[in-house]
Amino acid sequence: MIATPRLVQVRQHLLKENDVLARVLRQRFHDAGTTVVSLVSSPGAGKTALLERLLTDCGADYRVAALVGDLATDNDARRLARSGAPVRQIVTGTVCHLDARMIAGALADWTLADLDLLFIENVGNLVCPASYDLGENRRIVIVSVTEGEDKPRKYPTIFDSADLAVVTKMDLADAVGFDRAAFEASVAAVRPGMPIEYVSSRSGEGMASLCHMIAPPIHRRATAGVAL
Amino acid sequence: MHELSVAIGMVDMATAEAERLDGEVLALHLKLGPLAGVVREALEFAFELARVDTPLAASLLVIEEVPVSVYCGACGREQVLEPPHWLMCPDCGAPTPDVRHGRECELVALEMTE
Repeated sequence: MIATPRLVQVRQHLLKENDVLARVLRQRFHDAGTTVVSLVSSPGAGKTALLERLLTDCGADYRVAALVGDLATDNDARRLARSGAPVRQIVTGTVCHLDARMIAGALADWTLADLDLLFIENVGNLVCPASYDLGENRRIVIVSVTEGEDKPRKYPTIFDSADLAVVTKMDLADAVGFDRAAFEASVAAVRPGMPIEYVSSRSGEGMASLCHMIAPPIHRRATAGVAL
Repeated sequence: MHELSVAIGMVDMATAEAERLDGEVLALHLKLGPLAGVVREALEFAFELARVDTPLAASLLVIEEVPVSVYCGACGREQVLEPPHWLMCPDCGAPTPDVRHGRECELVALEMTE
């Protein structure tokens, strides 16, 4: 007798394991009263310089800490530790993104209730991090003025997963002929309505406004890229 | 290239389901949208690696690509976008942040032996 195939409904998100863990993390952050902000960008967009500023500037009013992801070295963690905030490096080896499991592991012995604001700096990559929910409240996508105004159109998925765009290196904007209107049109094309902040980590321009935007209390970011 | 992690997770998920259902998986049926951040070709390639020495070694991977559709408030209806990433109504040009489909990255069903 020939067996007849049967179709069994599963309907599970392929990144379910990550999503489940991210939901657990989000609940933990919420219960502890910790606002979590993640930063994604291409390598060299100025994530670490921005984070250095954020730890110092937001650190004046809030208890801040950071997790930083890179494929190798703890250079960023050592650089950021100068701010006095607790900083931990996540070395991913060859993995091109952070996932919820890495975050849970890195936080294992931290007391979240002691933190108001936790930053997570993802691996420099505008592709893979888009698919991984880290349990954060808000995801910031960072673009520097030197990268070209059409970056959002080139990497729409990461912009679709983010809540806020931050343009860095504004002190170089005139020198490189950064076209603000073109950039805003590019963001609006792929993520209509997403707010945009303009900063210079070097001069401090725009930092007060950015700190104000991400400062607690804010909770509940929409789960990025997940239709369950 | 996170598709390998995605493929390994998918193989684990399907293997667990097959064990629970006590059958052999003939095919995995997926839905994949352009906004999921997972590349079809890369996932197919990664699946070939991820399934080696698993009960899925001979299973087929059937991927249904879901187009991006958005709700346009101005037109009062859902619109399919082509190209998929520019969230703007193709008829009236209004921005359309309300994405209804296209983020799918889902194991929909398993085709099993009886």
